[in-house]
Amino acid sequence: MSVLQNALDAGKFGVTAEMAPPKGCDFSAQLDAAALLAGKVHAVNVTDMQSASLKASSLGLCIHLKQAGLEPILQITGRDRNRMGILGDVLSAASFGIDTILALTGDHPVVGDCPESKPVYDLDSVGILKMLAKMQQTGCDCGGNELTGPAPKLYMGASVTPLYEPLFLQINKLRQKVDSGAMYIQTQGIFDLDMFRRFLDEVDKAGIRTHIMAGVIPLKAAGMARYMNENVPGIAVPQAMIDRLAAEGERGKELGVKGLPAKLGIEMAAEMIAKIKDEKLCDGVHIMAIGAERNIPAILEKAGVTAE
Amino acid sequence: MIITQKKPVEELMGLLGEAKRVAIIGCGSCATACHTGGDPEIAELKTYLEAHGKTVVATAVADYCCMNLGVKGKVKPLMAAQPDCIVCMSCGDGVQCVANNASVPVYPSNNTMFLGEAVRFGQWEEACHLCGNCVLGQTGGICPIAHCAKSLVNGPCGGQKNGKCEVNPENDCAWILIYKRLEALGQLDKLAQTREDKGYRDVSYPRTVSLRGKKS
Repeated sequence: MSVLQNALDAGKFGVTAEMAPPKGCDFSAQLDAAALLAGKVHAVNVTDMQSASLKASSLGLCIHLKQAGLEPILQITGRDRNRMGILGDVLSAASFGIDTILALTGDHPVVGDCPESKPVYDLDSVGILKMLAKMQQTGCDCGGNELTGPAPKLYMGASVTPLYEPLFLQINKLRQKVDSGAMYIQTQGIFDLDMFRRFLDEVDKAGIRTHIMAGVIPLKAAGMARYMNENVPGIAVPQAMIDRLAAEGERGKELGVKGLPAKLGIEMAAEMIAKIKDEKLCDGVHIMAIGAERNIPAILEKAGVTAE
Repeated sequence: MIITQKKPVEELMGLLGEAKRVAIIGCGSCATACHTGGDPEIAELKTYLEAHGKTVVATAVADYCCMNLGVKGKVKPLMAAQPDCIVCMSCGDGVQCVANNASVPVYPSNNTMFLGEAVRFGQWEEACHLCGNCVLGQTGGICPIAHCAKSLVNGPCGGQKNGKCEVNPENDCAWILIYKRLEALGQLDKLAQTREDKGYRDVSYPRTVSLRGKKS
């Protein structure tokens, strides 16, 4: 049974991290970083060519992580595979004991690094969840044909973008995701807890009951924050945070010390996580370190959070 | 309307190759409206070809290049002029229809872009993907298949910024347009309705519609 499901269903504060497979076939850097996360997080999301940038497949790194004793979350988008491709990958994953998945629609190839690629989108996030829920209910594949042996039991999740105008559309889609079988929800990166509280209120008002894990992106520098504000939909780093990072960068320059903004970013992420946990805002956090997974243990330690 | 754009004339000349005697057929409907296959464009192409060593032996305009019976009558006199080839100034369907009725090569002068509408003079926008299972009744008369870059049917992805699509920031997010339209119509409840997956079984090409009950 899914480790994440065990934790969330038992009312524990869920902790997940996120990791991308390499753009190549040497997985050693990922496995080294993953070793640092063992025992510190409930599960590790493995991205499915995030930002439509070509990487080794999610399933590959999931298998590596599982064999290294970690609990992977298989991220699946509808961008590159039709329903048959998706179901085939889920069955293969299940054969390795990978039973926790996150269904996403996927960024369009045009915004990625192989823009000639044909977008598939046979199913979107809701469609993927519906197909996998039906498989579990009926024991049949996407064509209604019986599987040999029992269908795998999956713990399915989805994502949501809390900073969205009109929010009605995100709440409406969130409802569809939950109705279609999503049992946990990871959010886009949160930087403004007031905004996040308003979002959670709307989720409550809509009567949507699910486990929500707040997305946390540790910032490395003011430039990174500005870049994300410009380019990543649903991300808005408050100016005060950017100013603090910039000031820390200046201080580092004067002292001749590198990495001060990243250290501050770790502090800020830890503060945010501690607040979310102490105020019981939601059921857990999902840390997207974007290549700096090595910092996650320090963030969790400073936040006083362990994967119970 | 089927929206067409002229191919670069160099590409067309490459298709014509060594052919000397050329017949031209235009289309009186969509291509005329798109300024890619009406009388003025036929005259323009005729002048160009004759200035580049070709002889235009005959020209014609079919009311609709996509209607076999009408096209047959228009192609006959073209063939009587003994062309080496025919240039068809219509959509891709018109070219095929003309080719089915001619015994010489038929070359397209246009690229066929999409099914859309004339938003204003000289500007056309894609509006329908001919998916074969219309959802417009649930989406306020705005097609998510054609207007959303991912053809999403269950609502938007997270990829819009200020109401614009991440794929092409010149385009509005289809689902925000749908939301605004439904809100104005007092039909936001339609967004809460779940949509059955319609699948792609019925979209295996080529499709046929026949009032006679079977493909003739």
